[in-house]
Amino acid sequence: MSAVVTDHEHDHEHHDHKPSGIKRWFYTTNHKDIGTMYLVFALVMFFIGGAMAMVIRAELFQPGMQFVEPNFFNQMTTVHGLIMVFGAVMPAFTGLANWMIPMMIGAPDMALPRMNNWSFWILPFAFLILLISLFMPGGGPSFGWTFYAPLSTTYSGDSTALFVFSVHIMGISSIMGAINVIVTIFNLRAPGMTWMKMPLFVWTWLITAFLLIMVMPVLAGAVTMVLTDKYFGTSFFDAAGGGDPVLFQHIFWFFGHPEVYIMILPAFGIVSSIVPTFARKPLFGYASMVYATSSIALLSFLVWAHHMFTTGMPVAGALFFMYCTMLIAVPTGVKVFNWVATMWRGAMTFEVPMMFALAFIVLFTIGGFSGLMLAITPADFQYHDTYFVVAHFHYVLVTGAVFSIIAAAYYWLPKWTGHMYDEKLGQWHFWCSLISVNLLFFPMHFVGLAGMPRRIPDYALQFADFNAFISIGGFLFGASQLIFVWLLVKCARGGEKATAQVWEGAEGLEWEVPSPAPYHTFETPPVIK
Amino acid sequence: MALKHQPLTVKLAVIALAMFGFGFALVPLYDVFCDLTGLNGKTAVTAATAEAAQIDTSREVVIEFIARPNKQMPWVFKPEVTRMTVHPGEIHIMNYLAQNPTSRMIVGQAVPSVSPGQAALYFHKIECFCFTQQQLAGGKDMLMPLQFYVDPALPSQFSTITLSYTLYDVTSAWTGDSAEPSQPGE
Repeated sequence: MSAVVTDHEHDHEHHDHKPSGIKRWFYTTNHKDIGTMYLVFALVMFFIGGAMAMVIRAELFQPGMQFVEPNFFNQMTTVHGLIMVFGAVMPAFTGLANWMIPMMIGAPDMALPRMNNWSFWILPFAFLILLISLFMPGGGPSFGWTFYAPLSTTYSGDSTALFVFSVHIMGISSIMGAINVIVTIFNLRAPGMTWMKMPLFVWTWLITAFLLIMVMPVLAGAVTMVLTDKYFGTSFFDAAGGGDPVLFQHIFWFFGHPEVYIMILPAFGIVSSIVPTFARKPLFGYASMVYATSSIALLSFLVWAHHMFTTGMPVAGALFFMYCTMLIAVPTGVKVFNWVATMWRGAMTFEVPMMFALAFIVLFTIGGFSGLMLAITPADFQYHDTYFVVAHFHYVLVTGAVFSIIAAAYYWLPKWTGHMYDEKLGQWHFWCSLISVNLLFFPMHFVGLAGMPRRIPDYALQFADFNAFISIGGFLFGASQLIFVWLLVKCARGGEKATAQVWEGAEGLEWEVPSPAPYHTFETPPVIK
Repeated sequence: MALKHQPLTVKLAVIALAMFGFGFALVPLYDVFCDLTGLNGKTAVTAATAEAAQIDTSREVVIEFIARPNKQMPWVFKPEVTRMTVHPGEIHIMNYLAQNPTSRMIVGQAVPSVSPGQAALYFHKIECFCFTQQQLAGGKDMLMPLQFYVDPALPSQFSTITLSYTLYDVTSAWTGDSAEPSQPGE
């Protein structure tokens, strides 16, 4: 697709003056440093959110109350959701964008490096505020990550104020990050890097960034309304004052549905980078991938009320949202078809990034199908707020988004560290994760269809065996991720030297700089053929 | 270098700010949308005029009345009858009993909801205790009237309309200016 002609290696040490020690990380405006910080932060958050999931699964191992109070259980489900969505998945994607987008489009850095530093450094404070709210009298937020009014207004504790401010900060961070990505892609592409030559990871992130600046402000508005309803006597969602609690759900899901595509479009970009490399064939249907991504993004604004079928709506409304939702399956199907067609008659090898990408394609599709089931309005009345929904969104978020992030980490790790990771350990990580994640989430479909409600610390006896099974899967999946940390530490410390191209079939600008990527790359723009 | 990026950055920041405003604009938009479609079952907040509508004696519509105080509202609150069969166009009066079992004055606000929501557009209230806040001293009770008729244009698929009132305690927000205390119990 492209080739670097200029060589700028000779002078990179000359520019390589960075403050030493901790100051380097506080003051840095380098996209690679900031990308690394985002990724490490996301990993830490993944384990904090994961620890909360372990509490949830321990309590649900048996029926009855064993370990925690119901109120604390509710705080765990709430904060687990918030941390995984806003603290793990989104920062991980932003970290990958920081690291890879400038290198993929031949830019020397992000367009707004100082804003980049801010957008990262306010994040730890957002999550510090959220986490310390758990220690307040009455506990942290316990109304579910969706914070439906009146649970978050009339019935919530005073930690709500901390929750609101932390969401504000997360929102500001995401918006700044998104603006940075868009400006970088618009203004800093190397000469010859036309729109339809951009790698798909760049394309999907560009569209994601637009979604972010469209919907994160709406979320900020929603939490602000919750704040004023709770503390300043407004009645946006309070029927007594002329408001309507259903309005909350409309505003929240107007943000919430595009948000789920924010968490999956970059994953599509990652898989579209990995599959061609290990199939040793160019991506099948590049242009259709770009159009499919754009159509998914546009449709995502028209489907929010499919989360609200049970609030009661006219038949015409229910049909509109049902058909629009089902329509999203078409561009998504185009993507899955293209990935499979890319592999068709390819010379495939199965290194760890490819394994995770393949697992992504199969398991994300399962999550997509259960999403189609949920889209059927009359059936949704049975599935709504059951473990079937939990199974659905964990298939798309864990085996979808998280698997793609792990695949990306394996894929670009040699480029970041300059060392090959331990392939055998990586395969162990993959197989342990694959088996345990299905033990964990697949039976949730069955208990959900049988009527087990979500967000409840106790359950009817007939669900006991399945839940014990699910919890074991959960503990195993949690433990499997420790293999990943061990592997990351090992790879950062040393290992077999990686070549510039790393993977035999890899193509793109990022594979034309040495491994590890020098502190400054593409200070002179490369020439794209 | 930074100047090169400024126009686009500013444009994107303006989009973000505009979307923040859009979140708030959804509030009135939703109200208008619901008024037009009856989506959330809200009835009009002002009195309808008693039109000299023709009474359609060939048709009967069942009206069900539900009244419940909100969890934090200590009043007893119930309709005199729970079901009534009416002809579209007929004007009816229905009384709701409110009783304040506490020893302090409490101000209540009733919020109506009609189900099925689309029928809300055809349910007209000429006079309703829900148009104003109601004040009731401790230990007292009162009858609160509702005068209504069903629009003869009510689509034929609706044979039953459920009118539900939820009564909220708004004492803390009460300023006294919007209420016309009607306290026949005193």
